[in-house]
Amino acid sequence: MHGLVNRSIQCFVQDTYGIETWHSIATSIGVGPEGFESLLVYDDGLSDAFMAAVVRQLNKPKDMLLEDVGTYLVSNPNKESIRRLMRFGGDTFVDFLHSLEDLPDRARLAVCDLELPTLALLDDGTGTYTLHVSGRNAKVAYVLLGILRAMADDYGALVLLELRECCTGDIAIDIGLLDTAFAEGRSFSLSPRRLEVQG
Amino acid sequence: MRAPPTRPAGTPGGREPEEAEAGTLPLGFEALDRFMPMHVIVAADGLIRRVGPTWLRLRPRGELIGRAFLEVFELRRPTGIQNVTELPNRDGGRFSTAFRKGARGSFKGLAVHLGPEAGLLANLSFGISVLEAVETYDLSAKDFAETDLAVEMLYLVEAKSAAMAESKKLNQRLRSAKVAAEEQAFTDTLTGLKNRRAMNHVLMQLRSARIPFGLLHVDLDYFKQVNDTYGHAAGDEVLQSVARVLVSETRREDTVARAGGDEFVLILRDLADVSQLHEIAHRIISSLERPIPYNGKMCRISASVGLTTSEIRPGASIDQLLEDVDGALYASKRAGRGRCTVVELDRLRE
Repeated sequence: MHGLVNRSIQCFVQDTYGIETWHSIATSIGVGPEGFESLLVYDDGLSDAFMAAVVRQLNKPKDMLLEDVGTYLVSNPNKESIRRLMRFGGDTFVDFLHSLEDLPDRARLAVCDLELPTLALLDDGTGTYTLHVSGRNAKVAYVLLGILRAMADDYGALVLLELRECCTGDIAIDIGLLDTAFAEGRSFSLSPRRLEVQG
Repeated sequence: MRAPPTRPAGTPGGREPEEAEAGTLPLGFEALDRFMPMHVIVAADGLIRRVGPTWLRLRPRGELIGRAFLEVFELRRPTGIQNVTELPNRDGGRFSTAFRKGARGSFKGLAVHLGPEAGLLANLSFGISVLEAVETYDLSAKDFAETDLAVEMLYLVEAKSAAMAESKKLNQRLRSAKVAAEEQAFTDTLTGLKNRRAMNHVLMQLRSARIPFGLLHVDLDYFKQVNDTYGHAAGDEVLQSVARVLVSETRREDTVARAGGDEFVLILRDLADVSQLHEIAHRIISSLERPIPYNGKMCRISASVGLTTSEIRPGASIDQLLEDVDGALYASKRAGRGRCTVVELDRLRE
């Protein structure tokens, strides 16, 4: 598993549940307190043991946990860079949805050895979209669900999200777009330095 | 509007009727604004007649429309142009320019004639200065043509900066870890022997487990001459050879440490018999006196040894033991080198 994934989960645990919780998870899987490096690749066995330890420690189903990680990644101030990279997807939430198909390629531009599942967006023309998540790591769909939820807030859009696991192992997320301008949303500037001025 | 194509109409071989017949493309200004949001139309009199919408994010309309192009923009390349309508004739119409006033920025562009005596159409772009422009003018994706890769480039720059920042942090952590590892290391990198830290560690362990041991402090004689005569590489070779001798003259359970420059400490576990230790010391000295070949030369050294045991002064601290054995070593040196001196309690009491 790519260190970026483990590192994200580690940051999520640290920032949400506190450093003590992280330390106890780290100790249980024999990892030092500094934890995972986002630029290294870790053995799948260790990554699985880590995920299992997090599930055990937080006493939360894995799917729900992954969704929380997704929400955390775009809404936590410590991870502002991820929100910004997501916002490059487009000016509106609909543009953003369409940009998701490019997400694996975009991610690879930043981190060349990060393997994301294939994403395909189906637009039925009535404001309902289906995001198909397939291939290895299809479970990333749960993280995406959290990301979609947080990004909808970011754009000020009101959406209904529902996740279906298909028998093939692929996952579909149904996105009902109820209102594209439900709330103000957060500002976004192409220039990272501009953002500080705007707050 | 009517714009001539930038290359002759019709391609050799396959004639394309539309292009060949008309040679022009009817294109409304609204479409032009979307295709080229940074275009500038300059009339034959050199005044700016029309600009694409992105320009209005950079300057107020009044500072652009109706002004002379060369008053607003300073040409960097090509040089020596007096009349802006000459622009399409030079360098294939390619040019680079900057604002004369305010935030200058830099632009590259291409200019084409709009027909005889009809002025010109220029399309400009920020080029590599797009990062700066986006910051200065707070541009958004809407300010760029749909086909413009500027936003992708900004994305890439930001993604790469984030990855680079992570990489820097990782390097910093690895460097700290390396320093920490070196501090914790127990091995002397040149000889592969234990280092002074390991030596202290072993002595402490033996002391706390009350295991008797013998301690030999070996200091090379004439080593400085080898270094001075044949150089440091020869010195290193000698030290490595000495290390091999010391290891071969001791048992697996003993500890051979390089305590510094040309000083070595041997800790012989469960061996506190002075006469036996004395014998070992002599064997070591005579082994070390065998000439060591280096680059066809023979390096000759010897060794002075101080000897003590955990039993000679049972209550002494490790520092005290090391001090005792150091004193014995210097007694060997003073007595003419190449010999071993045993720490004597009588002498210590003096």
